[in-house]
Amino acid sequence: MKHRISEFAVGLIFGIGLILSGMTDPGKVLGFLDLFGAWDPSLALVMGGAILVGIFAFALAKRRTTTFFGGALQLPNSNDIDKRLLVGSLLFGAGWGLAGFCPGPAIVSLGAGQPKAAVFVLAMLVGMVLFEWSERRGQGLGAQQGR
Amino acid sequence: MTIDWNNFTPWTSLSGGILLGLASAAFILLNGRILGISGIIGGLFSPKSGDVGWRLSFVLGMLAAPLLYFAVAGPTAVRIDAGWATLIVAGLLVGVGTRFGSGCTSGHGVCGLSRLSPRSLMATLAFMGAGFVTVYLVRHALAV
Repeated sequence: MKHRISEFAVGLIFGIGLILSGMTDPGKVLGFLDLFGAWDPSLALVMGGAILVGIFAFALAKRRTTTFFGGALQLPNSNDIDKRLLVGSLLFGAGWGLAGFCPGPAIVSLGAGQPKAAVFVLAMLVGMVLFEWSERRGQGLGAQQGR
Repeated sequence: MTIDWNNFTPWTSLSGGILLGLASAAFILLNGRILGISGIIGGLFSPKSGDVGWRLSFVLGMLAAPLLYFAVAGPTAVRIDAGWATLIVAGLLVGVGTRFGSGCTSGHGVCGLSRLSPRSLMATLAFMGAGFVTVYLVRHALAV
């Protein structure tokens, strides 16, 4: 039960961070992605602030095999920079540049009652289901690479 | 390129970012998990026993965030200029892309870069690049 509470609390803090930093405002996000227009550097500071803290946390995490609660701690260990990673990321970036929403901010905006965020989230979930379907049918990019 | 000084918010951006970092720190050190939204949600579609509760708790926390925030600080104004068709296409691209790419701005951009992952660096460069190009095309080249 304490884990459910801590997970909820972390989600809450993350969501608050997204709102405070302006990341739930697609206009602000697109302002960062608009290099050739009026460029708003804010998103760089958001990432910078997050990574500043994250670097210490993950340096510590790398040296542990258990969490402070005594549970399992295992960092991802894949090192392949493959077509899936790159094509997937390009597709994601294109979608991000179209609406200014990425998964986290869209969820928070949904919580704020934004109908447009709801449409985006629905479409995103459909996209994720399509991915699962493609994986299970063995016709995803992964299968084509014989992985 | 001109700097948009009117909309640049250095202090709230930095503080918000620090909160994101703290949340990510807590998630890996207390829960042993990467705080990557696309992975947390995506995993709901291939659920394993015991693997669903924590995802739902976390997402519930995110959904509750605006309620708490607005209660304390009042509502924030957002600009969502995209039309319904664009939102649907964008959502599909983000849903498919983040799953094939194994992450998004939180998973790769924050957690991945924080742990100095070359994989996440490449992913971040790719989605940032695609984001920049897309906005350039939409706002300047094609002016749709």
